[in-house]
Order: sequence, then structure tokens, then C-alpha cells
Amino acid sequence: MSQPGSNPDADTFPRLLLRHAAVRGERVAIREKDLGIWLSWSWRQVADEVRAAACGLAALGFKRGMSVAIVGDNRPRLYWSMAAAQSLGGIPVPLYQDAVAQEMQFVLEDAEVEFAVVEDQEQVDKLLEIRAKYPNLKHIVYDDSRGLRNYPDPELLSFDRLQDSGREFDRAHPDFYVEEIGLGRADDTAVMLYTSGTTGNPKGVCHSHAALIAASRGDIAFDGFTADDEVLSYLPMAWVGDHLFSYAQAMVAGFCVNCPESSETVLNDLREIGPTYYFAPPRVFENLLTSVTIRMEDAAPFKRSMFHHFMAVAKRCGARIMDGRTSDVGLGERLQYFLGDLLVYGPLRNVLGMSRVRVAYTGGAAIGPDLFDFYRSIGVNLKQLYGQTETAVYVCKQPTGKVKLDTVGTPLPGVEIRIADNGEVQVKTPGMLKEYYKRPDATAESITPDGWFMTGDAGFFDGDGHLKIIDRAKDVGRMNDGTLFAPQYIENKLKFFPHIKEAVAFGNERDLCTAFINIDLGSVGNWAERRGIAYSGYTDLAQKDEVYALIQECVEKVNRDLAADPKLGNSQVRRFLVLHKELDADDGELTRTRKVRRNFIAERYAQLVTALFSGAGHCEVEALVKFEDGRTGMIRADVKIREAGTFPVATERAAA
Amino acid sequence: MNSEVSAPARRIGGVMLSVDNISLAFGGVKALTDISFDVREHEVRAIIGPNGAGKSSMLNCINGVYSPQQGRIHFDGQTFSSMDPHKAASMGIARTFQNIALFKGMSVLDNLMTGRNLKMKSSLLAQAFYVGPNRREEIEHREQVEHIIDFLQIESVRKTPVGRLPYGVQKRVELGRALAAEPRLLLLDEPMAGMNIEEKQDMCRFVLDVNDEFGTTIVLIEHDMGVVMDISDRVVVLDYGKKIGDGSPDDVRNNQAVIDAYLGVAH
Repeated sequence: MSQPGSNPDADTFPRLLLRHAAVRGERVAIREKDLGIWLSWSWRQVADEVRAAACGLAALGFKRGMSVAIVGDNRPRLYWSMAAAQSLGGIPVPLYQDAVAQEMQFVLEDAEVEFAVVEDQEQVDKLLEIRAKYPNLKHIVYDDSRGLRNYPDPELLSFDRLQDSGREFDRAHPDFYVEEIGLGRADDTAVMLYTSGTTGNPKGVCHSHAALIAASRGDIAFDGFTADDEVLSYLPMAWVGDHLFSYAQAMVAGFCVNCPESSETVLNDLREIGPTYYFAPPRVFENLLTSVTIRMEDAAPFKRSMFHHFMAVAKRCGARIMDGRTSDVGLGERLQYFLGDLLVYGPLRNVLGMSRVRVAYTGGAAIGPDLFDFYRSIGVNLKQLYGQTETAVYVCKQPTGKVKLDTVGTPLPGVEIRIADNGEVQVKTPGMLKEYYKRPDATAESITPDGWFMTGDAGFFDGDGHLKIIDRAKDVGRMNDGTLFAPQYIENKLKFFPHIKEAVAFGNERDLCTAFINIDLGSVGNWAERRGIAYSGYTDLAQKDEVYALIQECVEKVNRDLAADPKLGNSQVRRFLVLHKELDADDGELTRTRKVRRNFIAERYAQLVTALFSGAGHCEVEALVKFEDGRTGMIRADVKIREAGTFPVATERAAA
Repeated sequence: MNSEVSAPARRIGGVMLSVDNISLAFGGVKALTDISFDVREHEVRAIIGPNGAGKSSMLNCINGVYSPQQGRIHFDGQTFSSMDPHKAASMGIARTFQNIALFKGMSVLDNLMTGRNLKMKSSLLAQAFYVGPNRREEIEHREQVEHIIDFLQIESVRKTPVGRLPYGVQKRVELGRALAAEPRLLLLDEPMAGMNIEEKQDMCRFVLDVNDEFGTTIVLIEHDMGVVMDISDRVVVLDYGKKIGDGSPDDVRNNQAVIDAYLGVAH
């Protein structure tokens, strides 16, 4: 019963693939829903498909060391293209599929991409636009031929034709493919993942086969994943998380990856597949919960009261039962929970597609206490992990049964962590990046001479040896009175309220702390409708006095929390405003992974920031917005500013 | 190495449908007077004109809802003095309506299946049993419908009752039902009315893709001049039931009679 992945011979992904094809050839490796039907491919079929694609690339002139851009939603053929490129010693470079041509061009030029495998016409159009300015991009292969039939471009090729020519090439050179795989080395670059670029231009993070396989093995051992697990791959392929869960770990453990029909059908597909292992950023869990809450508010009174009753039971004892600490839960409570599981939690898990989930992870951002407890209390083993693109997300994970809300868990096997003098977390991990592509300067800046990766996050270990992350190290500042100012910490606390979608806190080198708020249109809109408050759209709703009162309550609750912490107590939010427009990645205000770009926002809304600190009661503002079709327009608004109540700071010094 | 013969971007063929001197009156109201124009195979032909110009009446004559008092319709080598809706449908003419005409309580999938009505061979009674040839037929139709669902990107609402969908999506479903009949000629009556800019862009893309992928000839009525000028090959302009212009979008744009009809003239 040895795990095929643990065989030392299989030290690159193409070799792992061949091994799976030999050991578990008939088992399902990947599924895709197409025309309403789940289609599946066995490991043997996948190996054949990859072989044909690889030979096709070789026939087009693909050479060892070249890179292939991969652009599109999660599609089997795009994953196969990655394996095909790796088989030839090439480097797949997955890109975010919703990036505009301009953003893609930078990455394509930086990675010197000559080949691209893309999903559909939308992406082909973008790449053709880029090729006008970057002629080195030679071959574009597409998966879905819809709308492309009459493109006269000779360098444009369908995936089927790529494979056809590959099979021909394979017949002419039958040893080629296996020889190429034989030439691969474990320390070759396996993939290049571009960082989202919170600061400056994106950088290409190069990971070797060895690092990704080591990180995957560690994860698999830690959580006991086997070839029987199922995952749904629906997160952007360019994101390190998806690459690990849907590609690297699947290749190592040999479990089945399911590709949804389209990005809009994910919820439904999730329910049909019932994955056993699930990963989502907090935002996805939040959206799921919001949709459940909204639907429950509209449910019949009986159902609603049943839901609320059993959710209260779950809140009292669900998490403890989850952690196996049943000894301190009374028999009555356990009986109630059992009943609740039958009537509410079970059906709810089913609706959420989490009936079979054994392990669910979240990470990448802090998760709200209510949100986290909600999932755990209804019996979903949701845990947090910590890592970044550069460490192949292999740093910390919460062990099952030892989950704490405000930490990211304990170091994983083989990981060493130290806290630098400035509070920065530094790590040594098997999943360490090889380098930043063509950026020795950046590589030197992030890895210390003695081999520690500088995460840039500020944090500390708590009494139980769990790592607690508070903010980006460089963002942690000080207010004029010397109080620690951790903007993200405050923003996250604000965002934990369902009514608040985004928040941006200001206060570094200031006398007081202030914040911009973005309301959640779905949640606040629903709240307003139930109270009969008429509004015409986001801008109108955002400036309602009732909404300000609602948000003020949230801000004051956050202030009460902050006041309890002597280190952060003085950074309570004194004044806030609700922004007149939603922060948007298209306007550059958020990164593609939806993190706020604080400095950019501060510059762009300098007027508002000044008004927040000047004591004004309102401020007129104009903002340029970019519509989805690329046109721009102006939004003009008069934004109100409110004060929020603050609380006396706890005086006793907590042990640091 | 790429041996595929790259087809020209458009392959407009010969005349497929022509109307000759069509006149239609309701009592004393002359809806159409002496209208003649033709539609070539694989082209996108727009009919424009101010409100009450007779555009919808023209479409209704083509697919046989109205019988014109005068004139001839030539379709596919045959000549008719008036069409009959059933005949039109079986000859490959499908249409969508200005006001959505779907079955609101039925799912998207079922609505599209109704579009396959004319293609179904087994009898009503036989269809009630999911066995043998009926079963094969049902699967075939379902597959066709799934292709359309995929094409129009409405997978996520496949099983949603149509009445619950937003207007823009309902319009898309209606286009889907027309496509389910595998038409050679598609009549679209204001497919983009009441849509926002994004929905319009999507719809334009779908109309062009239908034309491109399936080679379907399209006659559409549209008020949005930007849309008309962008996607149509030739344009007919009607005003008070008379044809006042016919030609390429550029010709029509510069036609004085058309400008007068739209902007008004000093009397």
C-alpha cells in the first residue's frame, strides 16, 4: 500500500503522471462538466492527452527552457498543457484570466513567452492585441473554438489540431517523449507564478519540481489525503493555491480534480461533486454565508425560527463537538445538536456542497470570527493555513482538533520560523521558491544570506506555539502618541461585519485613526429593503443617514475590541466615511486577488483623507471610474463624515 | 504546417429571401406601402425606422402572422402571396418577439426544448414513454439544446424557471429557443430593447456568433443606431410604412431622407 507519490523516482511532475498512469491507470484523474454532463478522464487517458499535447508543442518548435502562458478558467486541457510543457522541460506560466491585455503584456514580455494555450475567443482576442506590440508571441493554441472559425491567423491553432500534429510527431519520433521526460531534473523550474503585485510590477516566482513536490507531500501527510479524495478546482489557475491543490497535490496524491462547467455554476457543481477536500479564500466562505443568511431571512417563519434555534445550539456547542471535546458538552446539548444535524446542519452542508468535506482550508486573508465559527459549528472542519506564493503555501496549518480563530496554526513538518527584531516573520520551508525570474535583486531582497525567506508579515507566536499574523510588516506603523497602528488588523475587524465589504484605515503618523468604508450592496441593500428605505444604487444607498448609523454601530463594536488590547487600544477609529463608489480592481484600487491598495487609495482620494482628519462634516468628491468595456466616466458625490464613539483603553499590560 | 484553408471573414451568398411590393393595411391605416428588399444568405440585415414605421409588421408578413394585401414573398426559390406561420417555421424561419414570449413557469431547458418541437419525430403519445427510439430522440434533442445553452452561456440558469430570470437573460433564452429550431433565417424583433450597455454588448456578440458559427441569416429590428451600424451588413430604413433607404450602414447614415426621418425637417 505504498503511496505512488512517495516513490523517490518520481521526482518531477511528468514522472508522477507516468507513474499514476501505470499504477492507477483506470481511476478517474480529472472531470469536467460539459453540455450538462460530467465527463471524466482516467490517469491513463490524461497521460495520453498530455503526451499528444507535448509532442504537438515540440512539433511547433517548443524547446527545453521555453515558457508557455496558460490563460483561462480551470479546464482539463489547460492543466494538461502545464504537464505537457513540463514534460519538455518547459515552464508553464499561468496568468489571471480576467486581467486586461495591458497587464498580461507585462508578464508575457517578462517571462519571454512564445507559446500560449488559452481557453477561448476572449483570451485569443487579448493575446492577438498583445502580439501587435509583442511579436515574440508566436503560437496561440485555444481550447474552445467558438467564434474563432473565421480568424485568418495561421499561428492560431486549436488544441485538437495541436494534439493531432503531436500524435503524428509521436509516431515519427516514438522515443522522443520518454527521453524528454528522462532529461527533466527535480531542481528544474516547474512553474512560474506571478505575484499579484500589491507593490510594483508583478514578479515571476519560480518553483522547482522538488519544492512543489516536497510541499505537497508534507501537506498530504499532515492531513492524510489519499487517492480517494476529490477537489473542485475553481480558483484562478494563476494563483498558487489552485496550482498546489488542483495540480501539484493531485499529481502527488493521485486524487481527482473536478472542473466546473463555468464560473457561474460553481455552487451547483460543488453540490453535484461533493468534494472531500476544499479550499477557499475567506471571501468565498463569506459570500456563501451571506447568500444563506439572505435566503433564511426570506424563508417561512417556521423554517426561520427552526434555523435560528438550531444555529444558536450549534454556536454554543458545535465547535467543541467538532474538536472532539465532547466531555464538556452536556447530554441535552448533544441531543439537541444531533437533532439539529438531522434537521438543519446536514441539509445546510448539502446546500453548500460540503456534505463530504473532510478538511476545508481558508487562508490568504483573515477570516471573521462569526464566519469561522459558523462553518465549524455546522460540522465543516474548516481550518486556517498560512503561506505565500514564494513558500508554496507551505508554512503553517492548524492541526485538526487544535484550531484557534486568531492564529494560523503551527509550523508544518520541515518548516522553521523565526521572528525578526522588527516583528517580521521569516521562514525556511521545503516549498521555498528557487528565485524571482530575472530579478536577482528582488531575490536577494527577500531571502537573507543565511537562507530565510522574509515574508513581510508581522506576527508573533502565542503561548501554544501558534503563529499569529497581525499585518504586513511594512504597513505596521505608529501613531503620533506611539501606539502601534496595524491598518489591516483594523480593516479586517471591520470587514468581519456582513454589511462592510471593504475598509481602508488611516492613522500612521497621525493623532487619530480614521477609515473609509465600502458597504456590501447585497447585504445592506437587503437590510434597507426590509426597512422600506428606497435607494437608486450604490452611491445613493451609501450616503443614507440610516446606513451611516448602521455602520457606526459596527465601527463602535470594533473600537470596543481594540480598546481591550493595550498595544492597539489607541488606534480606535474616531472618524469614518462611507465611500461613494465600490473599490474595484479595474480602477486599480484592489489587486486582482482583491486586496486593498492602501497607498494608491490614499492618493486617489486625498481630498477625502484630508477631510477625515480636518474635522469637516462632509466632503465633495469626484472620481474617475473605468467601466467594463474600457470607457471611463466621472462619479460625483457629496460624502458625509461621521464620528464614532470610542472606549477607554484597557490599562493592565498583557504579557507580550 | 497549418493546412486549414482560412475562410474569408464573411461568406455572403445569393439572395435567400426577397419581398416585392408588399402592402399591408389595417382598415384605413396603411402599415406598409410597396415595400421591396432582399436578404442574402449569411448576411445580417437590419430594419430600422422611427416608432410606427412598420418594422414589426414587416417581420410579421415574412413569417406569416400577417397576410399582406398586395405583393409577393420569395423564399428559397418559392413564391408566396402570403406566408403561413407553420409553413414558415418548417421552412427554417424562426423569430423572437419584441415582448418576451416564453413560458414563464417552465425552466430554461424546457423552454429551449419547445423550440425543438418541429424536429421531433415521435408522436405525442410515444413521447410520453422514455424508451427505445423515443429515448434516443430525446437524448439527441437534449444534446442540441445543451449546445445552445453552452453557446449562450446560460449554464447557471439551466433549471431556473424563466420568470425568475432578469430581463436581459430572458431575451437570451428567447434567442436560444429560436436557435433550437436550427433556423436558416432568424428574425429578431428588437433583441436589445431595454438592455443596459453590457447586456447589449453581450447580445451583439451572440448575434454575430450565431451568424458566424451557424451561418444563420439574420434580419433584425433595432433602435440603437450604434448597434445597427456595428453589426449589420445592410440596412433597410422604413418611415410611415414606406421604404426611404436601403444600403450599407454608411450609405444609410449619409442618406438625407433618413436623417430627415430621424431628426425631423422644418415644414
